[in-house]
Amino acid sequence: MHDNLVEIRGLHFGYGSRPVLKGIDLTARRGQVVAIMGNSGCGKTTLFRVIGGAVRATRGSVRVDGVEMNGLDQDELYRLRRRMGMLFQFGALFTDISVFDNVAFQLREHTDLPESMIRDLVLMKLNAVGLRGAQDLMPSELSGGMARRVALARAIALDPALILYDEPFAGLDPISLGVTGNLIRRLTDTLGLTSIVVTHDVQESLRMVDYVYFLSEGVVEAQGTPAEIKASGLPFVHQFVHGEEDGPVPFHYPAESYAADLGLAHA
Amino acid sequence: MLDSVRSLGRRTIDGVWRMGVAVRFFGLTLLHSGICLRRPQLVMREIFSAGVLSLIIIVVSGLFVGMVLGLQGYETLQTYGSEEALGILVALSLVRELGPVVAALLFASRAGSAITAEIGLMKATEQIAAMEMMAVDPIARVVAPRFWGAVISMPLLAAMFSAMGIFGGYLVGVVLIGVDDGSFWSQMQAAVDFREDILNGVIKSVVFGVAVTVIALFEGYDAPPTAEGVSRATTRTVVTSSLAILALDFVLTAFMFRGV
Repeated sequence: MHDNLVEIRGLHFGYGSRPVLKGIDLTARRGQVVAIMGNSGCGKTTLFRVIGGAVRATRGSVRVDGVEMNGLDQDELYRLRRRMGMLFQFGALFTDISVFDNVAFQLREHTDLPESMIRDLVLMKLNAVGLRGAQDLMPSELSGGMARRVALARAIALDPALILYDEPFAGLDPISLGVTGNLIRRLTDTLGLTSIVVTHDVQESLRMVDYVYFLSEGVVEAQGTPAEIKASGLPFVHQFVHGEEDGPVPFHYPAESYAADLGLAHA
Repeated sequence: MLDSVRSLGRRTIDGVWRMGVAVRFFGLTLLHSGICLRRPQLVMREIFSAGVLSLIIIVVSGLFVGMVLGLQGYETLQTYGSEEALGILVALSLVRELGPVVAALLFASRAGSAITAEIGLMKATEQIAAMEMMAVDPIARVVAPRFWGAVISMPLLAAMFSAMGIFGGYLVGVVLIGVDDGSFWSQMQAAVDFREDILNGVIKSVVFGVAVTVIALFEGYDAPPTAEGVSRATTRTVVTSSLAILALDFVLTAFMFRGV
């Protein structure tokens, strides 16, 4: 049993010749909720894709539950993924089947359990996210927050060791946002999971996570517990936590001088 | 000048490359088809959505095509005083050509476009990615059942089209115009050969079914995950598979009916 469920050392990754991740070190201990934050385009989603095995690191090591991700063939990768759940940004529920069938999907695909037991398990998972009553609805009948909770029930269907959340708070109203945040924390604690959350939502994350990594331009700019982050004097973290318009992350996209662009340079 | 040569070269290479990817995709689909035997209910579902839901358009079109054949055929045959041969004309045109070809064209625009749009949207809404993250292979779970469902449906739809067409020809020729009932059916029975005509028609419809379905599935799976990407892919499915049907029809006909 490895104490660190996810261990990333010196990870490099690039699309073609464009480097996206430049030497990331990241650790998620068992039972922790770890947040990865950063401005848009900083490589958060790519990092997620590497942890999930959708793309392979060009250099460095990624270990999940002691298994090195690089060099796995498809069967081994699929075996490892059965111990991972992923919550996509907008839920990614299967739109042609009901809420119940969505949650039952993995149970039916990967186990030979009798239908009566699948029913019990699905109802338990749906109850955990408070949507047992919505079992017969179709995904198109759900609100954004409900869809994400159903997706969460689907992600925990096989009792994974690790859950990856891609922007779980994006586009939610304050109530759904609080509900989702509490659910992530509660499920992590009660089911003994490890959660990695990619998010922009500073306030909600600092309230419920154990550890935060700040990414900027493909490197870890800062890391620490929420208390350490709040107290941090680093300009980047300060700008991000307080949502300031200008700072290390500039407001303006790089351009030639404004005066020159307007043809006023000689005036 | 050099630029246009270069762009022609790039387009040719891209086209050949894409075709290679499509063939590999087809191979993978066949390789992952075992699930269809283990869980036939997955294929049943697709037979319903590709086949049963296409029935209305096939039945109505078949009826009208047959009725038009009856009218046109009677006009021409009457000139030579051989209007009893109307049964042969209607049946042979339908079973050999119009049944498989028109049914496949309708199938491409009704079921093919639906398959492309569905898979393209599944990709755009990350359902395919979600399936992969759940350790379920989308080629086996999504693509293979749709492939077999559509390939099984296509010859059945073509047969239905031909049957309705012959009925339409009968309605116009015999009931409306008054061609002799007995000679309409008996001449048809004597002239239509099971192996030469019916079996070849079935082979055609199976080939068209495979072509349309592979194109539809590949276009959907390959579509850029955006609204524009999916809409272009859907259009390409209908255009490419219609052209493929007509081209394949020429090749198959050349092989099947030479010297007959």
